[in-house]
Amino acid sequence: MAWFTFPADNLLCRCLGISITVWFTLLFVFIIMPAVLGVSFGIRSFYMRTLLKIFEWATLRMELGAKEKNQELYKPYTNGIIAKEPPSSLQQEIQELRGSANSLRSEPEFEMADIFYFCRRGVESIVDDEVTKRFSAQELKSWNLLTRSNYNFRHISLRLTVLWGLGILIRYGVLLPLRLRSYLSEKVHLMCYRICVRALTAIITYHNRENKPKNGGICVANHTTPIDVIILANDGCYSLVGQVHGGLMGMVQRAMVKSSSHIWFERSEVKDRHLVAKRLGDHVADKTKQPILVFPEGTCINNTSVMMFKKGSFEIGCTVYPVAIKYDPRFGDAFWNSSKFGMVSYLLRMMSSWAIVCSVWYLPPMNREEGEDAVQFANRVKAAIAAQGGLVDLIWDGGLKRAKVKDVFKEEQQKLYSKVLVGDSEDQMEDKRSEDGTPEGDESSKDPAEGQ
Amino acid sequence: LGGSCANLLLSHSQITRLYSRFTSLDKGENGTLSREDFQRIPELAINPLGDRIINAFFPEGEDQVNFRGFMRTLAHFRPIEDNEKSKNPTASEPLNSRTNKLLFAFRLYDLDRDDKISRDELLQVLRMMVGVNISDEQLGSIADRTIQEADTNGDNSISFNEFIKASFVLTLHTLL
Repeated sequence: MAWFTFPADNLLCRCLGISITVWFTLLFVFIIMPAVLGVSFGIRSFYMRTLLKIFEWATLRMELGAKEKNQELYKPYTNGIIAKEPPSSLQQEIQELRGSANSLRSEPEFEMADIFYFCRRGVESIVDDEVTKRFSAQELKSWNLLTRSNYNFRHISLRLTVLWGLGILIRYGVLLPLRLRSYLSEKVHLMCYRICVRALTAIITYHNRENKPKNGGICVANHTTPIDVIILANDGCYSLVGQVHGGLMGMVQRAMVKSSSHIWFERSEVKDRHLVAKRLGDHVADKTKQPILVFPEGTCINNTSVMMFKKGSFEIGCTVYPVAIKYDPRFGDAFWNSSKFGMVSYLLRMMSSWAIVCSVWYLPPMNREEGEDAVQFANRVKAAIAAQGGLVDLIWDGGLKRAKVKDVFKEEQQKLYSKVLVGDSEDQMEDKRSEDGTPEGDESSKDPAEGQ
Repeated sequence: LGGSCANLLLSHSQITRLYSRFTSLDKGENGTLSREDFQRIPELAINPLGDRIINAFFPEGEDQVNFRGFMRTLAHFRPIEDNEKSKNPTASEPLNSRTNKLLFAFRLYDLDRDDKISRDELLQVLRMMVGVNISDEQLGSIADRTIQEADTNGDNSISFNEFIKASFVLTLHTLL
């Protein structure tokens, strides 16, 4: 049988062969070797800086384009729908509403206009509230050439579109396959994580490494995405705590248990707080075991705020090492909206973003002080993490992502208002102590973590 | 949507903002909001008058509100700017004037839309605001006294005009 081949075919094969070889060499030299040796080439920082310049240029083009059409560019932080008043206490606002003349009266007083206080607060919360926006991706001020993070995408200019098209080509054609290849490799613990980090083109800056968590302690961090684990594990070994998942996550979990001791719970056991606390306590008491990594928020939040910490890990009584993680949203939104995206589609999104840039701050270790209960301790740690990461410190429970708010908080509001109507002098002292500024302040004294 | 925008006097970016808010509340992604969608806002759910406020968005007897209705109701609360008043003095009262805000609040009381707040309706709202912390009798006497003070034509209920006069102090404040 005669094989009829064109000379061009031969040439093509050879070219293909050469390019594949070159690619693999590059892959090996630039990704795997440095990962094994723990050395960095500085390529990624250069990449990052270039990307930033491109984004700024792109945003400028969009603004110019919008100005030409005589419209304002949609900026996520414009206010102006309602002139929102700074939060003050219920009593103060109603006093203001009524005018100071009425404060001289001593009998219970009601004004028809009191309704405006609730009216106003209600409508303000419809237009914008502090809680629900934490459960969806953060809105960016400038566009980072990912359609998924832009509400304003229009055919502004040819140049911009070409750039965007090029971006897609690069991301899906080059970065994604490269990362898939790297991602599916080795299981050796630290090397594995380092490869992951490079695979995601994660540029992580660690601050204050002298405060790194030590054995026999608990490391707490704010939670944005499962990638948090990769980021922290890149710099140290931790034992993880969490629910046993099915599917891809479950496989990963089982694989991990083989290499070091992690604590995985069945869902039914999570409800039994004492069992959880006991297992954590045992692990911590054993000084040879790695520090435990816990995310006390209990769910992924979108990295603009820190929500209520569940008190469970703070009751154990060991040293707590707080860690603050802040992602730079310009390069790719790391937030995992688990009610919207499954794990696999989330990973795909991650791998096809530009990069994952984040900062990790190790805060000095904290211990529970005399006379402080678990909830207060948790709040103190949360405040420290929020302050370091530049995040908003919220009292609301992350569980509100899926569950409804409890009636008990409405009853608080009602109680406050009744005091305004009926309050007399002996209630005054109690008012000053129980009312913490904003109505939300009262909720921290209750136990919002009950039953969790 | 362009025509009604001019009536509502909301700027383009404000409308975009509201639309983005509307879609984030619309979990069912069917272009309308139901009462449950509003209830999901924690700060609204703990507001004692939350249910009534939510009701104000829904037209008579309906369970869904679309974006136009959503915008319309919220436009009541846009802050009044002075330059707008001078721009078109002959146009009909802009939706967000003080009177319209007062009407919004009046309708929170007046459930049966008979343009009068009866003693019962007043009691209902009072009960919603104080919960279980005040006894029936005390609440009753508060209601009676309020009607006494506000009612000028002696029909034992509060009309819209009487309501405006009773909230007189309020209209002087910029809180509105």
